[in-house]
Amino acid sequence: MLNINDVLETINMIKDENLDIRTITMGISLYDCAGDDTGIVCDRIYDKLTKTAENLVKTGCDIEKELGIPIINKRVSVTPISLVGGRFTPDDYVKIAKALDRAADTLGINFIGGYSALVQKGFSNNSRNLIESIPEALATTGRVCSSVNVASTKAGINMDAVALMGQVIKKTAYLTRDNESIGCAKLVVFANVPEDNPFMAGAFHGVGEAETVINVGVSGPGVVASAVKRAGNCDFSTLAETIKKTAFKITRMGQLVATEASKRLGVPFGIVDLSLAPTPAVGDSVAYILEGMGLEKCGGHGTTAALALLNDAVKKGGVMASSHVGGLSGAFIPVSEDAGMIAAAECGALSLEKLEAMTAVCSVGLDMIAVPGDTSAETICGIIADEISIGVANTKTTAVRVIPAYGKGVGESVSFGGLLGYAPIMKLSPYSCADFIARGGRIPAPIHSLKN
Amino acid sequence: MKAVITVVGHDAKGIISKVSTKCAEVSANITEISQTVLKEYFSMIMVVDISDITVPFTDMVDALRRLGEENGLDIRTMHESIFNSMHRI
Repeated sequence: MLNINDVLETINMIKDENLDIRTITMGISLYDCAGDDTGIVCDRIYDKLTKTAENLVKTGCDIEKELGIPIINKRVSVTPISLVGGRFTPDDYVKIAKALDRAADTLGINFIGGYSALVQKGFSNNSRNLIESIPEALATTGRVCSSVNVASTKAGINMDAVALMGQVIKKTAYLTRDNESIGCAKLVVFANVPEDNPFMAGAFHGVGEAETVINVGVSGPGVVASAVKRAGNCDFSTLAETIKKTAFKITRMGQLVATEASKRLGVPFGIVDLSLAPTPAVGDSVAYILEGMGLEKCGGHGTTAALALLNDAVKKGGVMASSHVGGLSGAFIPVSEDAGMIAAAECGALSLEKLEAMTAVCSVGLDMIAVPGDTSAETICGIIADEISIGVANTKTTAVRVIPAYGKGVGESVSFGGLLGYAPIMKLSPYSCADFIARGGRIPAPIHSLKN
Repeated sequence: MKAVITVVGHDAKGIISKVSTKCAEVSANITEISQTVLKEYFSMIMVVDISDITVPFTDMVDALRRLGEENGLDIRTMHESIFNSMHRI
């Protein structure tokens, strides 16, 4: 029997609290598209994607309509392109990026992820060529998302890759300078990258994944914020309990959509990603949840503790609601995509240093942060190395998605529109780390006993 | 298989009649109605059996949404599975 209060609660979550399914992402293996002739490989990739995912958008829209829950994005992730066999030059890789872009256009999806390389221990020829091609690929396509894994807890940090990524990010910013350096918003540098993440820009179809798979990312910061508000002046145990119950309900919705999509598309269900993903819409902010817990502004003292509580409670509530949990699964704190984070950064409450501390207790990292356009490649490498070290030392995923906004400085802002939002440019330390980055080589993997 | 239709908006004459006529047109059987009017606001939750409907469910959702738009009402039609999965373990 349906209970009226349950019905009203669900409808209220959708109508007034911005509850949605953020993405249904179909992972597709491209191993069988290998070949030496770039043109043939491009055709194979285009044909495979447009055939395999041809019903993805329609199915997503049908489920959305029948269940009455918005499904914001339908997307595709593919095998890291550097692992699709063949002898490719950077120019060849740009052609493949364009084939991916064309396929995304035909499918009617806004992003396709997997223009990626895994170089945590070292470069293969293909992964180096792919990384070199990233700026051009991101500048000449609109929907392709790129990611590079430069470190893992088992392998340590490939500092040569970190050094290269600093230059790649600078060049990407320059090549997309007429459009607020937007290329950098589609490029993520990872440590311990998850292989089943449905969220862009870091999604790709992992090495050990099945031929095709459906992964779903839920959202719902607005729902959690409202629940925290309703809980009122309770103690921390009650607060955590409230968040857990809400996360459970949100995740059940994700599980239902994932199961339904998997059944209708005839594609195995992979995972539900439990992340709280904010949008720039007012009322869909992770920062406002933290402020609802009693912080005057997100970024002040107490923020890291509040975020740790939130992240843990979301996972505990979500795990029981889904048969398989994976991906990033945690609260996201992308600055430009969160109205509360934007406000906190603009008034000076939220600094880069505090964001770095916050990433030690949540997913995913320094995300969608705009920095001055004249920031040196070495300083960007320093930002990456710091953030990646947090992930490696703590056996968790961390990532960096910074935008050195070409021609802009502190006090200005960049605006990407849509879900990518807008970001005030943040201040960086003026002191150089160039000699440190210039050393090259690898930082050894950390020890996992003698914990302190 | 059941669906839940919720109707919210300013009270007016004939709302229940319009919604139930639309349900009858597609052969959806109304099994439960709960309706309240608070001040000038009308709200109704209707449970309908959609096992024998004569059109695809998505068409029924669209038809009711349009009916709502024409009459200044917010009409949502959702499959019962969303409520069951969210509120039942």
